[in-house]
Amino acid sequence: MEAVKLSTPLGDSDIEKLHAGQKVMFNGYIYTARDAAHKRMVELIERGESLPFDPVGQVIYFVGPTPAKPGQVIGSAGPTTSGRMNKYSPVMLKAGLKGMIGKGEMGPEVAEALKANKGVYFVATGGAAALIAKRITESEVVAYEELGPEAVRRLKVTDFPVIVAQDCHGGNIFIEGLEKYQRQ
Amino acid sequence: MRNIESSRITAALKELCVNANYFLGDDVVNSLKLAVESEESPLGREILGQILENSEIAKNEKMPLCQDTGLTAVFVEMGEDAHVEGGNIEQAIQEGIRQGYAEGYLRKSIVEDPLRRKNTGDNTPGVISTMIVPGDKIKITILPKGGGSENMSAIKMLKPSDGEDGVKNFIVETIRIAGGNPCPPIIVGVGIGGSFDKCAYLAKKALLRKVGSAHADPYYADMEKELIEKINNIGIGPQGLGGRTTALAVHIETHPCHIASLPVAVNTQCHSARHKEIVI
Repeated sequence: MEAVKLSTPLGDSDIEKLHAGQKVMFNGYIYTARDAAHKRMVELIERGESLPFDPVGQVIYFVGPTPAKPGQVIGSAGPTTSGRMNKYSPVMLKAGLKGMIGKGEMGPEVAEALKANKGVYFVATGGAAALIAKRITESEVVAYEELGPEAVRRLKVTDFPVIVAQDCHGGNIFIEGLEKYQRQ
Repeated sequence: MRNIESSRITAALKELCVNANYFLGDDVVNSLKLAVESEESPLGREILGQILENSEIAKNEKMPLCQDTGLTAVFVEMGEDAHVEGGNIEQAIQEGIRQGYAEGYLRKSIVEDPLRRKNTGDNTPGVISTMIVPGDKIKITILPKGGGSENMSAIKMLKPSDGEDGVKNFIVETIRIAGGNPCPPIIVGVGIGGSFDKCAYLAKKALLRKVGSAHADPYYADMEKELIEKINNIGIGPQGLGGRTTALAVHIETHPCHIASLPVAVNTQCHSARHKEIVI
């Protein structure tokens, strides 16, 4: 199975073509945020204020990297568990975000928001943090530097390997994969 | 009585923290290589391949295997004839963690209060379990434990009448509920017996056993075999995307318990099953 190449900004037509189980190579720019940054951004949206970056057409990677050694672009940078963002991602999708990258299944509220707003949830391989770091060619903190590993960063990525996990058509690799490989 | 300088303990801890986070044990690597051969799912094989490639990159470039370099769980076996001088052992261990996480460029993942959540900035305090043992040496084992896998752990106080089936069902259901969250393929640490707290401790200690080794008691060795088959039959697979490799191993530790009790605890460990030890 060949990987589909994608880069941001993403539009509805890009999202509609994606189905759970498809391999994707990301190129271009993505943003990082995890628990603490999401909490702040969702509070901004609720107050009607603008976000540290324009989310329209963009993708958020749930990651809190290790500190970069001298000469490194970024430290090890694998995905964190996405389920902790179930509460926040529907708000971000409504604000125009098109995708998230993390690990583990996202909840039914996110699945509904993916359908309603034409979004997609990708997984990267949890624990492949050194491998993923090698695919990140630029990293710049754009907000909340005081949060350390939880700061919002803008990353430039090259052939960043992900898999479509939950799509805008209701497809879910966690359910489909389990059904395919379970034994009694 | 043998005297051991506290600075030696600090230096040892620092090195253990860095090495555990950069270098995956051969037992885990070998078990992942076997899994690539047996995995039926193409996506699953690809993920297992990435995990193996990641361990090579981490080793060659001296980078953390995972960005979650964990809460530092420390197991100390303190010889009753060993004496630490020049400072106390608790402080020496915490200082070693502080230095290891700073100099190894490891992530600082500890908040000082569970609800107010301000980062301590140096990954201390580690969680230290101490046992007094015969002899004049100190054995220290560290296990950097990632939050994603730790969060899917569970404990239950079963009734003695629930018996072996009750224990097995609780273990398998805990893994089913965990799904892809703890970063499968996982190591399943199980504690059976003891008290509420002892049982959880046993489940974590079970994670230190070499992957691929069998329990010394044939009764529990058989139970481990049965459990790994049941768990892998769920179909969760690598990263939860479906497949035959959900767990690389099930390790059981037991302890005598009260006539009214049957505690069972499951500590889930991701494939980045990192631990290192030293005897001083």
